[in-house]
Amino acid sequence: MTSDSVTRDSVTSDSVTSAGGPRNSLYGPLADVAADAGYPGSHPERVGFFTDTSVCIGCKACEVACKEWNGLPDPEAGALTLTGMSYDNTGALGSNSWRHVAFIEQAVPSPADPGEPALISAVADGGTTRWLMASDVCKHCTHAACLDVCPTGALVRTEFGTVIVQPDVCNGCAYCVSACPFGVIDRRDGDGRAWKCTMCYDRLRGGLEPACAKACPTDSIQFGPLAELREIASARLADVQASGHPEARLYGADPADGIGGAGAFFLLLDAPEVYGLPPDPVVTTRDLPAMWRWAGTAAAVLAAGVAVAFAGRRR
Amino acid sequence: MTEQPQVPPADFQSYYGKPILKVSRWQEPHLPAYLFLGELSGALAMVGAAADVTGRPSLARAARLGAAAGAFAGGAFLTAELGRPERFLNMLRVAKPTSPMSMGSWILATHSGLVSATAASELTGRLASLGSVAGVGSALTGPLLAAYPGVLLANTAVPAWHEAYRQLPLLFTGGAMTAAGAAGLAVSALSRDRAEFAAAGRLAFIGAAVESLAGYGLETMPGLAGEPYRTGPGGRMLTAARYLTMGGGVAALAARRSRTAAAVSAALLTGGGLCAKFAVLRAGKASAADPKYVVASQRAARPGSQGE
Repeated sequence: MTSDSVTRDSVTSDSVTSAGGPRNSLYGPLADVAADAGYPGSHPERVGFFTDTSVCIGCKACEVACKEWNGLPDPEAGALTLTGMSYDNTGALGSNSWRHVAFIEQAVPSPADPGEPALISAVADGGTTRWLMASDVCKHCTHAACLDVCPTGALVRTEFGTVIVQPDVCNGCAYCVSACPFGVIDRRDGDGRAWKCTMCYDRLRGGLEPACAKACPTDSIQFGPLAELREIASARLADVQASGHPEARLYGADPADGIGGAGAFFLLLDAPEVYGLPPDPVVTTRDLPAMWRWAGTAAAVLAAGVAVAFAGRRR
Repeated sequence: MTEQPQVPPADFQSYYGKPILKVSRWQEPHLPAYLFLGELSGALAMVGAAADVTGRPSLARAARLGAAAGAFAGGAFLTAELGRPERFLNMLRVAKPTSPMSMGSWILATHSGLVSATAASELTGRLASLGSVAGVGSALTGPLLAAYPGVLLANTAVPAWHEAYRQLPLLFTGGAMTAAGAAGLAVSALSRDRAEFAAAGRLAFIGAAVESLAGYGLETMPGLAGEPYRTGPGGRMLTAARYLTMGGGVAALAARRSRTAAAVSAALLTGGGLCAKFAVLRAGKASAADPKYVVASQRAARPGSQGE
């Protein structure tokens, strides 16, 4: 999996931004994201997560394994804060939670075929209640807005096609926080730097799978080469849909979507927003050329205004 | 089974109403103060060069000193925004066209150097020709410094900022004119020879018109996009900005004849410009905090996306 030919130095070099270049460096399908970032042809395959939420049991082993392996701090120092909204007491992804298990209880009509209640957990009068559980994570976008906007080069693309923050470089400007269309990355209070999932970059370099995937007892979180995961996901989607859940859909698996496809994608059983995911995220950088054109116009207006104010007599 | 009739009718669904996006960590008064001081410095550098070239020495002197003060005060607010202020020089570690903040850091660094050289020459009276050359250079970086924050804010996932990428740069360059014009009017209210400062009054008036127009453009963005600028904390601030700026623009017309009018105009325009910056930050935070701005706008832009 890992390639010793790619040294750590090449990872921290400043050349691994997606600046400039052909149009697809900013938006659209991109076949080899690591090559686009400047890695030589010998770089490892792009890896990712396929999170199949239809088999998630909400155990949160992924959250725990992630915090353990990555040594994430507990700002509440062991105190338990309950959200009161569901069994989800993590709430959201953040600087100290790089996996987040969403928990949704919803009323649905009784299944047409009572023989297929595999995803249904309880029956109420006239309808059925089901629980949706999904382990969310950084999407490691093909076109990562956080990486695009980072002014220091702290955020870089790795040789595995993932996106990581270099804590020794980040100065906490928080631009990435507002740029991420998924609300994933955040600045850590008291630390001042931005943090997010690294897809266990240290483990990848050691040939291990990320801690969350390792800990997942149902294989809801699958780790592997992204191309293989997409094939597995297509087959799984067909199975789930055929078993009485036509509402199942893949999220983030399409290289033609607004972020060029996610490195971490999902099989969902309801609309993305039900899980707290944006329905159709687009990397903000897509519109950057147009933005600069409007700024150029505005700068010209300023120059014209000064010229008019100073034209004519010295009065 | 694709339909869910039990779910109460709603414009959008969400995860317990929780935000999808992270609310910006940029804070008050740092970000609005930086936006104001940056555009002030940018336009004052242009005023300084124009006054120098057209033979208005008192105005040139005031503008050059103000441009340097604005750049340094703005830079201080910007640095204080960082989670690790001691690493502010990392901003100049790379030059990255995809990052408006990287571009802006280089613009600010170049501009600060030029306005410092110009101000130093003005204060000491030494190397006047070099000072003038630096002053002309800062008149070129000035409009960039005033305009780029529009791209800085727009190039985010924050709905109220991203969707305003046409209006925000104009709000800031219009605000640059009112801020610099107001600074000139404030000095003129205290000056003996006030004739030179008429240009500042004209600039203030033009700026007030442009800034008000851009603010109107924000409020009238169709549908959900303009809502954070019409209602809530952002809407209230933008309304205040509009009255202050328009009042200041009218008062600027009388500034040549009346010191009081000049002082009042300067105060109103400065207040209006600051309110507009606070309005933009608050509207952005409001639009990131409520998932409806994300879900409804993305659903409207491309219905049937993501396997619907």
